[in-house]
This record gives sequence, structure tokens and C-alpha cells, in this order.
Amino acid sequence: MADTARCSVGEWVEVERVLLEPADRSGALPEDTASQPLMTWVKGFALAPAEMGGECSVTTMTGRTVTGTLSAINPGYFHTFGQPIPELVHVGADLRAKLAQYRASNTGAGEPRG
Amino acid sequence: MARKGEIMMRALGMDYAQFEQGPIAFDYEGMMSSHGYSLDDIVGIQTRGGVGNTPLLELRNLTDLVRSYSEPGKGARIFVKDEAANMAGSFKDRRASVSIHVACEQGYAGVIAATSGNYGAAVASQSARNNLACIIVQEAFDSRHIGQPEIIEKSRICEAFGAEVVQLTVGPELFSHMLELLDETGYFAASLYSSFGVSGIETLGLEIVNEMRAVTGKDPDAVVITHAGGGNTTGTARGLKLAGATATQIVSASVDLSGLHMASDTDFNRKSFTTGHTGFGVPFATWPDRADVPRNAARSLRYMDRYLTVTQGEVFYITEALAKLEGLERGPSGNTAMTAAMSMARTMPTDATIVVQETEYTGAGKHHWAQLNFARENGVEVRLGDPKENKPGQAIVIPEHPEQIEAVDFDLARMRKSYVRNALSHAPEGYAPTPDDIVFLATDTNSDPATVEATIAALREG
Repeated sequence: MADTARCSVGEWVEVERVLLEPADRSGALPEDTASQPLMTWVKGFALAPAEMGGECSVTTMTGRTVTGTLSAINPGYFHTFGQPIPELVHVGADLRAKLAQYRASNTGAGEPRG
Repeated sequence: MARKGEIMMRALGMDYAQFEQGPIAFDYEGMMSSHGYSLDDIVGIQTRGGVGNTPLLELRNLTDLVRSYSEPGKGARIFVKDEAANMAGSFKDRRASVSIHVACEQGYAGVIAATSGNYGAAVASQSARNNLACIIVQEAFDSRHIGQPEIIEKSRICEAFGAEVVQLTVGPELFSHMLELLDETGYFAASLYSSFGVSGIETLGLEIVNEMRAVTGKDPDAVVITHAGGGNTTGTARGLKLAGATATQIVSASVDLSGLHMASDTDFNRKSFTTGHTGFGVPFATWPDRADVPRNAARSLRYMDRYLTVTQGEVFYITEALAKLEGLERGPSGNTAMTAAMSMARTMPTDATIVVQETEYTGAGKHHWAQLNFARENGVEVRLGDPKENKPGQAIVIPEHPEQIEAVDFDLARMRKSYVRNALSHAPEGYAPTPDDIVFLATDTNSDPATVEATIAALREG
């Protein structure tokens, strides 16, 4: 079983870095943003074995070398459509019914034109 | 960064200083034509790049739906340009194709763009076709490392096309980081706001005119354009005018996000829209030169005849309706103009025509259901009701009936005043605008010199 807490050389990983500490951030930011560090995440191929949370250097897709903290190994995508929205599930049937009613009372309406 | 000018000069592929005429005026048309490509040349570049010539579809069911609740004789024909049919899924392919062509011609090894939107996918896709390295810099997460599903999908698609994606938390310092990356790599800055990108959108206006003349025998009465940074409005309107459709009304439309702060870590994941909203639309229209180029090619106030806002709930409702009634699962942000068009059609005669000039791809994450589920998870109320009760960041109100959809006119006179105030405030203190500046400001705001002078006089007194 693969060791999920440690990456090997050449493995596709993500590293995390602090770009700016709160004290170094731009002026005129809202307080909720100014109080947080500016963080960045970049993916690439690990240049050496590293532990999760430990220092790791990667070669990115453009060939840059970026050093940060190992934050994910073989990171995936887990965004979805989610569940249907109850407030929207009736829209299709409602509108088709409206359309059918309108067309029934307006013979010829909706025929292809042009 | 002190070396900003030097880095940008090398990265932009053109010297903007040649167009400057003073602290306010500059030669906009000179800048737009300096790349030397005619509209025909750009059509050629895009044909080779697999971009454009998307289907123009008449939406007969949505049109009849509008007629079902309009006064007799009202209910304009609604058409849509299915820009999602472009390779990377949006009209942004047009914008990227010209920039990437220029980057190749000038011998750059790669390109960099700062965008969390469809433009990233377009730049990544066109870069892949042209064997260029590509870095997309995205504002992707709040401080909890949570991102809107729509932006996470944009990260995925850019990586799918082989781009390096640099994800950041919220903050305008993203542009300083982009400068560092430009300095480190020597790549081309594929700015959304360069004349290359905006010229690439002109073909969309041209296609609309040609197709509408073929289908209806006349120019469209109105073209409705989802508006954010202003490139979509600017490029489409220029294309319409170049094709001779000078009487077509140019209508920009944005989702109303008033009350939310665009640089706020907390508001970041409560917007439910990533683009096409007033958070970009108003500041960029009233001060376009806030962009990452010395002079922005996207100057929407020059072209818009109306600026309409619609609510979040209205756009999600129309996105669902478009799928169910027309078999077009698209958007959601790109359906902002569609929502405004539904509202406009109700007031226009049945023989009038409206063209919604884009759709965008949809998929996991980048879908109205995903955005609404995410809104709920982040404490935003989602409910049925009167869309006028919609409150960005707090309540998304889904209409109960299509009759409730009603776009609201934004006060263009106020926007023009705001633009003039911004232009004066960016000039040196005490600078007196010259007659050339007045003419420039009038043109740039689709206004007239007397109005500009009156605005300046009022600002001096106020």
C-alpha cells in the first residue's frame, strides 16, 4: 500500500507557500483579508522524497522550480453538480405547460419563421 | 514593484507610450490598429486556431414563453450565439487566439494570464495548440482554502490543457505575483485587456451581423452582452459597427452583486457568480485603466447604449429554463445577458430581434446547481419568491414565475460622471484638461463635449 503521507521522486504533488505575511500585504484591504496571509498553491513533479507538511521542491509544467510545503500528493478534483435544487426542479414542467397553453390559444404561434 | 514598467514593456509585445497624448487623452484607435491585423486577418487566425463560426440559434420556445405573458404584439424574437461551441467552451477563445498568435510571431516561449474565468481555459487551449508554455494565475480560494466550485473547475480545465496553474487566496496582490512570474520566465503577458485580445472579439460581432442578415434579412435590433471587465461589450460592439450594423442597440448586462466587497476574504465565497457581475462591470466601465496594461483596450462606456442589471436568482432560473425549454445546458454566468434579453423582449414588438451574443460551457462545478448548493453550504439562503428581494451574499431569491424577471437600468449618466471624475483624479493635481482631453472623454463615454465640460465644472464646484 502506498505511503500517502510521503511522496517519491517524480510524483505529481502540490506545494503550498506563504507569498505575503499579513504585515506585508497591500494597504486598503478589507480587515478580513488584511489579517490573513496571501497563500499560493502550485503543482509539479517532486524533486526529492518529502513528508506531508515538510519542505518539498517541484518542477512545474512550465519547467519552473518551486519550493514550498508538501500539501497534497496526486491531488484530484472532487467538484460535482451536487443535488438538484428543490426551488428549480419544477421549472421545466411549469414552463412547458405555460408554453403549451399559450400555443393552444394562439394557433400558428411558435411555428418556424424566417 | 519598482521594475513594473520595464517588466511589462518586455512582456506586452508593444510600446504603449507611442499612443499617449497627455495625462488624460490617448490615441485609442491608433492603439487598436497598431497590431496591423485587419478583421479578415483575424478571421484567418481564428479559422486556423479552430475558433469562431459558432451556431446562431433561434430560441423559439423562450420567445413564445415571453409572448405568453406580454401585451399583445409584444415579444421580440430571441437568438443566441452558442459560443460554448468554441474549443475551450466560451467566446474567450476568440480573445486568446490573437494574443497567442502574437506571442508565437514575436518568439515568446510561453504566456501568462491572470484569470479565474473562462479566459484561462482559452489561453491554455490555444497555448497547447501552439506549443507554448502557459501559466494561469488564479484567485481561487478564501483563507480556509475553500473555492467556489466554478473556479475549481477552471483550475481543472486549465491543467487539462497542460497549463501550470498558480492558485492564490483572495487579494489584489495577485498582480504583483504575476509580474514576478513574468520577470522570472520572460513570457508574454496575455492580458485580457490588450488590443490583441479585444480585437479578437470583433469577429463575434461580424458573425452575428452576417448570420442575422441571412436569417432575418436585417440587422438585429439589439445585441445583449454579459458585461464584466468590458472586453466583451467593446469587441462585440466594434465588430457590429465594422460590419455596418450601426443602428443595433448595444446592451450590456451584469448580475447585481451590490453590497459585496470584491477584495473581501469573507465575501469571496458568497458571490455565487465568478464573472459577469457588477463587482467587475461598474469599476471597469467607470475606470478601464485600472487593468494590467498601461491603457485598456476594453472601454465599454464608449459603446453601451444601455446597462442592465439582473439578480442572481433570475439568472439561475433562466439557466434552468434554457436547459429545459431549449435543450441548451449552458452557463450560468454567461446567461446573464439571456436573462436581461428575456426582460427586454417583453417590451419590444414581435418582429423585433434580440441576439444574446454568448453562451459558455457548463459541467461539474461550473453549473447553477453546484453554485446554489455551495451558496447554501456557505450560509446563503436560497428560496422562492420575488426576485426583487434578492440580496447578494445573503439571499438568492428564485422567481416563482418568468413574469417576475425584470432587468433594471443602471444610470449611464452617473457612470459617465464617475468615469470623468476618475480620469481627472488620475491626472496630476491641478491639471487643466485640454480641448483634446474633452473630446477624448466625450468619445470614451459615448457622450458629448458640452456634457463633459459641465461634469468637470460641477466636480470643480463640488
